[in-house]
Amino acid sequence: MAGSSRKTSRFLLGNLIAAITRYKKGDRASKKSLINPKVFRRCLSLLLFFGIWQLLCQTKFNFFINFENVPSPIEVVGATVDFVKSNPTKHIKASAFRVLTGFATAAVLGISLGILIGWFQKIEDLIFLPLEILRPIPAVAWIPLAILMFPNAEAGMIYLTFIGAFFPILISTIRGVESTDMLLLRVGQSLGAKQWHIFKDIVVPGAMPSIASGLVIGMGNSWFCLVTAEILAGRYGVGYITWESYVTSNYPPIVMGMLLIGLMGAFSAYAVDRLTCLLMPWRITKKKTV
Amino acid sequence: MAVVVEKNLLQRVRGFVEVEDLSVSFKRKGHCVQVLESVNFKITPGEFVCLLGPSGCGKSTILNAIAGFIQPTSGFVFVNKRHVDAPSADRGFVFQQYSLLPWKTTFENVEFGLKIKGTPKAERTELVDYYLNLVGLSKHRHSYPHQLSGGMQQRASIVRALVNSPSVLLMDEPFAALDAQTRHMMQELLLSIWSDLKTTVIFVTHDIEEALFLSDRIFVMGVNPGRIKQQIDVTLARPRLVDSMISPAFIALNRQVFELIREETLKSMEVD
Ligand SMILES: Nc1ncnc2c1ncn2[C@@H]1O[C@H](COP(=O)(O)OP(=O)(O)O)[C@@H](O)[C@H]1O
Ligand SMILES: [Mg+2]
Repeated sequence: MAGSSRKTSRFLLGNLIAAITRYKKGDRASKKSLINPKVFRRCLSLLLFFGIWQLLCQTKFNFFINFENVPSPIEVVGATVDFVKSNPTKHIKASAFRVLTGFATAAVLGISLGILIGWFQKIEDLIFLPLEILRPIPAVAWIPLAILMFPNAEAGMIYLTFIGAFFPILISTIRGVESTDMLLLRVGQSLGAKQWHIFKDIVVPGAMPSIASGLVIGMGNSWFCLVTAEILAGRYGVGYITWESYVTSNYPPIVMGMLLIGLMGAFSAYAVDRLTCLLMPWRITKKKTV
Repeated sequence: MAVVVEKNLLQRVRGFVEVEDLSVSFKRKGHCVQVLESVNFKITPGEFVCLLGPSGCGKSTILNAIAGFIQPTSGFVFVNKRHVDAPSADRGFVFQQYSLLPWKTTFENVEFGLKIKGTPKAERTELVDYYLNLVGLSKHRHSYPHQLSGGMQQRASIVRALVNSPSVLLMDEPFAALDAQTRHMMQELLLSIWSDLKTTVIFVTHDIEEALFLSDRIFVMGVNPGRIKQQIDVTLARPRLVDSMISPAFIALNRQVFELIREETLKSMEVD
């Protein structure tokens, strides 16, 4: 195992160095074979990340930060292979279900409350302050109450992922509604629009870009809170594996769990981003480089 | 021509606009600033009138009061003897800024007013198509505003207001942001549409040539506080083409108005 891991790491490093020199030279052939420089740069970033990590572990780097006990990428790959062999879907399914349920509830509640608070001054006066007090409380601090308040652990866990997503969605929606363009309100009025049309055709679409970024951030946060949630209870879940491995001093699966959460979080945030873009075909989404 | 379109074109009520003793003040840093003082005028149905004056003299404020966007501090606005107290589709508005709804296509933008009114789908399509064709935007019916040039956006804004058969069309420096060439084309297009529909138009501008080229009558405005300084009848023959702008009558009027505006501009600079 150790020998093979060293061999693999040397192979990775070799590749990395070769890639860098090729990139520096601006070798035409290499650029062509890697389709385009953008893809190439992104692959390079991943390669650098894992390469440096492997290097730090292998040299047992210890200066203020100690890498001696940190699992190396190759050990993590090993843990991943074990994990994949051991029926992983029940864990992934359990986690995804919790996050998606929490997120969906947060999206429905956050957007509708946000629109009401942003649009009606009286509703803002009535409910905004208590929400502002609850907002800074981190998910971890909710654990005891979640245990006391909910009928079972599953509901408590979903609640914690909900908390993560709810506030970013709420705040972005409120900001989006409040920033409605005065000019467009007048446009609506001069075309005969009353409250309902102004709301449906001007305020809500105008707030959509802001709501969308709230959703993307909320989705990320929801995964963020997953480990916290799955500390609460359960026998399944990616966060559960992560925590359980720490408790049993089995280190490589911790990092695998972390990365898995990162990957699933990034993927679902990306999915939310694409979906919301589909809902806003009028937007120019290309980056403006000067 | 389709019946629906014919009805929309022919059954227009032309607005008779009366502004009586209109005064407007705004609160600024705690104290009141009088922006308009006792503005009075009457505009006959089908007339094309320009409000002309240096920037800051209160042109937009008059137009906003006629539209119903702001409430006068004192005085009244009547359109066809009905008191104006809120915005309505009966007074179409074309804004200086590009103001198409970014999330609606050209077609949907023009269709919006009819949709609010509850016009059936088939009629809506026929009317919108007619008007888009009128301003040469048929090809761009499915484009979003950010894909259109400034001139195209303003053309769409004009027909978006007209499709509702307003009795008055209020235009607040609609061509000010366009380049000179496009502005000329837009002015000619506007005149040709107006000569067909003969809707009452109140057009705000700070450009003397634009006012002379377009209007039957010009209200030259004075500053501090804003008021109508002088009324000028523009008797130049219609239809007006680019050539009208080099006729001796046009040049004489231009000089006369220029002197008036100059006085006011100097006055507004002194106070600051
Ligand atoms: N909502 C407002 N609050 C305070 N001052 C205003 C407001 N709207 C306009 N004004 C002031 O009234 C004056 C006239 O404005 P406006 O009617 O926009 O002039 P114009 O359209 O002729 O350039 C300006 O000095 C402007 O600063
Ligand atoms: Mg103005």
